[in-house]
Amino acid sequence: MTADLIAAVLLLAVAAYACAGGTDYGAGFWDLTAGGAERGKRPRWLIDHAMAPVWEVNNVWLIFVFVIMWTGFPVLFQTVFSAMWLPLALAAIGLVLRGAGFAFRKPARRLAGRRLYGAVFAVASLLTPFFLGAAVGGVASGRVAPGTEASAEAWSNPTSLMFGLIAIAATAFLGAVFLTGDARRFGAPDLVGYFRRRALASLVVLTAWAALTLVITREDAPHVWHGLTHGPGLALVIVAGAAALATAWLLLRTSGRGARFTAVGVVGAAVLAWGTAQRPYLIPTSLTVAEAAGAPATLTWLAFVTLVALLVVVPAVVFLYWLDTHGELEELTDAELRSGDTGEKPG
Amino acid sequence: MHTSVQLLADAPPQLLPARELMAFTLASHIILVPLGVALPFITLVMHYRGLRRQDPAALLLARRWSAVMAVQFAVGVVTGTVLSFEFGLLWPGLMGRWGDVFGIGFGVEAWAFFLEAVLIAIYLYGWRRLKPRTHFLLGLPLPAAALLGAFGILAANSWMNTPRGFSLDSEGNPVDVNVWKAIFTPMFGPQYWHFVVAMVLTAGYVVAGVYAVGWLRGRRDHYHRLGFAVPFTIAAVATPVQFVLGDSIARQVFHKQPVKFAALEIVWETDTHVPEYLFGRMHPDGSVSGGIKIPQLDSILAGFSPDTKVIGLSSVPADARPTATQATIAHWAFDLMVVIGSVLVLLALWYGLVWLRHRRLPESRWFYRGAACAGVASVVAVECGWIATEVGRQPWIVYENMRVAEAVTATRSETLWIMLGLVIVVYVFIFGSLLAVLLKMRTRWRRADEQQAAEEPAEPPEADTPYGPRSETAGRP
Repeated sequence: MTADLIAAVLLLAVAAYACAGGTDYGAGFWDLTAGGAERGKRPRWLIDHAMAPVWEVNNVWLIFVFVIMWTGFPVLFQTVFSAMWLPLALAAIGLVLRGAGFAFRKPARRLAGRRLYGAVFAVASLLTPFFLGAAVGGVASGRVAPGTEASAEAWSNPTSLMFGLIAIAATAFLGAVFLTGDARRFGAPDLVGYFRRRALASLVVLTAWAALTLVITREDAPHVWHGLTHGPGLALVIVAGAAALATAWLLLRTSGRGARFTAVGVVGAAVLAWGTAQRPYLIPTSLTVAEAAGAPATLTWLAFVTLVALLVVVPAVVFLYWLDTHGELEELTDAELRSGDTGEKPG
Repeated sequence: MHTSVQLLADAPPQLLPARELMAFTLASHIILVPLGVALPFITLVMHYRGLRRQDPAALLLARRWSAVMAVQFAVGVVTGTVLSFEFGLLWPGLMGRWGDVFGIGFGVEAWAFFLEAVLIAIYLYGWRRLKPRTHFLLGLPLPAAALLGAFGILAANSWMNTPRGFSLDSEGNPVDVNVWKAIFTPMFGPQYWHFVVAMVLTAGYVVAGVYAVGWLRGRRDHYHRLGFAVPFTIAAVATPVQFVLGDSIARQVFHKQPVKFAALEIVWETDTHVPEYLFGRMHPDGSVSGGIKIPQLDSILAGFSPDTKVIGLSSVPADARPTATQATIAHWAFDLMVVIGSVLVLLALWYGLVWLRHRRLPESRWFYRGAACAGVASVVAVECGWIATEVGRQPWIVYENMRVAEAVTATRSETLWIMLGLVIVVYVFIFGSLLAVLLKMRTRWRRADEQQAAEEPAEPPEADTPYGPRSETAGRP
């Protein structure tokens, strides 16, 4: 019972990371495709500006996912990290390069330095979600079981490939939708159109890719396919589809107000659909939630820790996003870092 | 030598690269931890002073430190994430069997870290738009969040040293988990407070060291004095506290992990009237060469009497204790940490005495030379403390319950070696960049200050943004 609850928490944390972290990865995707230093200057300016205050918080979801995995379902953690060694190791390296690339690009002054760090940031933004997606795909297709040793087959198979690419498409979609909103927020009307076009294009790609993935999973990941086409899994797929339509409509109709909520709905519902489709397995069809569950006392405490986290973290994160979207958070200029008198100004 | 060679031959080939990889990433991450945990606290103290006394120099320092915090925290976040990957990538056996026993501490750490990331973001980016009071108050919980995060990590590590809160079934698997006992293990309290104070004093000395160098180069204005005095005072207060805590943790190790204590003090035979070795090298037959031998002292330090019986390494079979080499490494790390700690106490006393007698900062160049080195020395001491803890625990990953060799991944050792090489390249790039960025910031600020002092017109902010373009000013290229 508690194990099911913790499994649900795990899935929600994965969904939260997919949406929050995914938006940041998407920003990296558009950074990569923004073109040369001159042409890509304005999109990159927006990306820097929009991501800076929130990307570290968005990253913490992943740590939360890991903690719930190893505390709640130690066997799952051991199995996934043993079997998916290479993609996860590469994802870890990608994460480091990405974060460092982003953090160093801002203070780098010379164009060469900005280019180097920017390229590192952007390429890693593409590779990291791919490898994370591929690892998820390997799990979904049931190629992993407790005791499976690391092999290329576990993550270089049709489902893994599709999941990896879908992860990239989803992040690009989220990134573009959020950047559309950010462009409006920062008063850059030309960039609103710029990112809206990209949001729509990536939504089309994402939808097509999701449909193709569904076809492929029929053969390659039958358990998940069955779950996605029946019962609650199907319902969530329909929710994701409806959210996708709503996003498209919102993007086309107005300047895209509210589209970020429906976009989160698309990706969140898709992740929840995958998780629901795996029921009752954590790894289809070799490891059920009940089998993988850790000690009952630990699960109870984990539920408690999660509750505290909800009470403490959620208001804090909401507050941060609120401050961020209301323009209360802005970096200091060098002028403010150099003189004593141009410091804090009220309101 | 014979036994250690044999032990190495029995170990899986993955063990060495996995260990090196973990050691390398942790040793790198740990450099950033003191600043991550304690720099917000030091900055807030400075910020408070600035607000309270309407001191523009203090506010400027606080703002600049928060700019350093931004870059440093970002790198700390990513190197920290790597560590949580490595638990699975390198030690799946540890997490698979024991994850539900000791993992809960990380749960606390994760949400504390969430909170810290949120608060840091608000603090770093709130300078311009938030009201000064609101901004300061929103930053105030930061040190508490940092302490909470450290709580989780230290709970997990102290559990690995003195595992509690479970019993073993017939197959040797942990059952009847008691989470409370698993968190508050015997080593938890000593390790936690020792760690927290270490972070505070290290961050203090590191920050003060920067301004000590400035003092030596002749920059002695209010700004530099303040930049030196506030962090140095914090560190100087923490140093004697740390000395007492360090002594107490050593005695806790003596009681709770006697074999580890034997390694730290290179004691071979269980005996009373055990001498203390300062440095020196242990050989596989138990003999010690080199170093300074002080008769009776180890027994006295361990139990306040020369009659105190100290357990020796030879009391347990060779495969259940650190090898002679490992013991020597742990011993050197331990001694180096104690030596650095003692010297820092002297430095803190110097500072305190001058302050008490003259109500001013010391004026001796030697004091500032010492202060300039104190930052580096305390980082070295942090590394040494960690080495002493981890190497002294060998060959156990879970003390007396699981060997490191049992926890290691089955991934081919070649892959691990390649990964180690890759990680070293990546980390050299990242830490090199971090250093370059920090040095550049410093140069830029100094030049700006000199320009302002000479009342030259400063460069326009458009040409001079530390963080790239901004909406009102350079945001519209």
